[in-house]
Amino acid sequence: MQAKLSVKNVFKIFGDKTDEALSRLEQGESKEQIFEATGATVGVRDANFDVDEGEIFVVMGLSGSGKSTLVRMLNGLIPPTSGEVLIDGEDIADCKKDVLRRIRREKVAMVFQHFALFPHWTVAENAAYGLKVKGVPAAERRERAIAALEKVGLGSRADSLPSELSGGMQQRVGLARGLATDPQILLMDEPFGALDPLIRREMQDELVVLQKELKKTIVFITHDLNEALLLGDRIAIMQDGRFVQVGTAQEIVSAPADDYVAAFVADIDRGRVFTAEDVSNAAEAVTLGEASAEDAMRAMEDLNRHALYVVDGANRVAGVVTYQDLAAATLDNGAPNPILEDVMLTEYPTVDADVQLYDLYGAASAGLPIAVTDDKDRLVGVVEPEAVFAQLSGENGEQDAVPPPSVEDEKIKEGAHV
Amino acid sequence: MFPDVIDTRPLRRAVDNGLNWVVRNWGTELEAAASPLLRLLNAIEQLLLATPWWLIIAILVGVAWLATRRWQLPLVVFLSMIFLGVMDLWRDAMVTTALMIAATLTAIVISIPIGVWMSRSTRVRQIVTPVLDLMQTMPSFVYLIPTVMIFGPGRIPALIATIVYASPPLMRLTDLGLRNVDPAVMEASQAFGATPTQKLFGVQIPLALPTILAGVNQTTMMALAMVVIASMIGAGGLGYQVLQGIGRLEVSRGLFAGLGIVALAIIFDRITQAYGKRLQARIGISEAR
Repeated sequence: MQAKLSVKNVFKIFGDKTDEALSRLEQGESKEQIFEATGATVGVRDANFDVDEGEIFVVMGLSGSGKSTLVRMLNGLIPPTSGEVLIDGEDIADCKKDVLRRIRREKVAMVFQHFALFPHWTVAENAAYGLKVKGVPAAERRERAIAALEKVGLGSRADSLPSELSGGMQQRVGLARGLATDPQILLMDEPFGALDPLIRREMQDELVVLQKELKKTIVFITHDLNEALLLGDRIAIMQDGRFVQVGTAQEIVSAPADDYVAAFVADIDRGRVFTAEDVSNAAEAVTLGEASAEDAMRAMEDLNRHALYVVDGANRVAGVVTYQDLAAATLDNGAPNPILEDVMLTEYPTVDADVQLYDLYGAASAGLPIAVTDDKDRLVGVVEPEAVFAQLSGENGEQDAVPPPSVEDEKIKEGAHV
Repeated sequence: MFPDVIDTRPLRRAVDNGLNWVVRNWGTELEAAASPLLRLLNAIEQLLLATPWWLIIAILVGVAWLATRRWQLPLVVFLSMIFLGVMDLWRDAMVTTALMIAATLTAIVISIPIGVWMSRSTRVRQIVTPVLDLMQTMPSFVYLIPTVMIFGPGRIPALIATIVYASPPLMRLTDLGLRNVDPAVMEASQAFGATPTQKLFGVQIPLALPTILAGVNQTTMMALAMVVIASMIGAGGLGYQVLQGIGRLEVSRGLFAGLGIVALAIIFDRITQAYGKRLQARIGISEAR
């Protein structure tokens, strides 16, 4: 399948001597050396990535890493110095102005860090801007703008001015403006960066919910790794204009590509990165009516577990038996084979595969293994409580790198900048 | 004293002869070219003189009310207009207002496009700015002489001199207003596929409007300031009364006509400022956040 958005060998150099700077880059000179020699600033170097339809691709980097430049090359606001930016196979880095305008009107919308709303228009007029530019008649425009505003929960504020809204609400208007034209691709340039932390969390969660319904192709820029890990199907970490690592949240946290990434990963909230699926074992279970207590105990000994799930013929979870209970029952009865049904506990912790570890604390502390089930209540995996705590503390990974001081400095700068 | 380096007489003679040549060969054409201006001025003047006084007062009071939604400004406007009528200055006031309106309208038509051009090209701005400096600092009598020579004494040179004097602030403020529009908003407009025209008229000019309106306000004020000088070459109106007061050493005539000019200045200044503030309030709050 062709990628929705494909970026190939894209470079961006600001300044006059771009050719010289490019050849110096090829020789492996650093950003600073090139700036000293030519006065040209390297914005983005050799960006390569594909974004599939319906995917959220997050680009994470500190200020000055080139992430804002990169996202602006995806809709031609900044033309790349070299390379290709393909949207549905059409190269927007090298096309006529009217083609570029058509793509901006039809396919790609953008949400900005500082909202960039039009202060002289009402919320509905702001949301309708993309449609106005396309020449949609006024009545239809308003209808579609209000539909977009309702999606972001602002239907009732259609006739307010942006200045009458809070920051979070203003960014909802920005999002509605992006959604009103029903674009396939949404570029989001640090959309929640200017919001305070509580509102930011709320907006992140809402975006996740909204994306389940909309299934847009989203390129999301952020300087916040937690945000990147929460939202991104895939994440690219950017430093000095180049990608240092591209991967899923789990890949980046469990195997940082270098010290730079490791330093970021060191203080992220692991409980929000990993899900039940990441720590679950194979769905080993015994079947009701088939297996005897003895079978169950032997299975536990083999697997080195102290409890085992019991499923019915359709692999639906019936309960859980612990080794201890089975052993006690065997002794009490004197009979060699108590019936599983009599011994098993029908109160057991159960979660969906995509539940974050953060939400497993409670279930894990009960001491029983947690059943991971699908939507038909079938057992798909088992999570041992120890695995939850091990993953949260990062013990089964290798990422306890000490952050190099330079990175800390940059973080402080970023903080002051915001 | 500074030593005589060159003989300036031939230079001066060349300038004078050059102008004479223009007057002899192009006088008629230039006068014809300026005649739409004269027609505009006459039309406005006739309209103001034909309109009953009470209607003009009612319109101005109404506009003042719409601009402020308070009673103070309409009252000031009402009293100023009554003063003009009572002091037997109504007709002169209308003639002066017509000159001011004609000059302002022409200045708007010329200055806003130039201001737009300046805002889009640093090079144009670098060229136009010194010209504007020159227009503003050069004593107006200096360019009255050639205009009178070309057009003869009368209303055309008076109007042209007023336009020259009153245009620069509007050009400057249009340029400034357009340049100061939040670049993020302009970028957003572009990101949604707006054409340069859609960007300019839909976003940039509306957002620069308070500043542009401040320029219009400056232009009206400067046009009014020009009326006494313009009356020397045949513009008539309140300025002519002041001029007569000077000529006849008639203090009262000069004083009352002068107060009449002040009254007009207050009316137009306050009304245009009030509109500017309303616009600013609508746009400004969100920018402050």
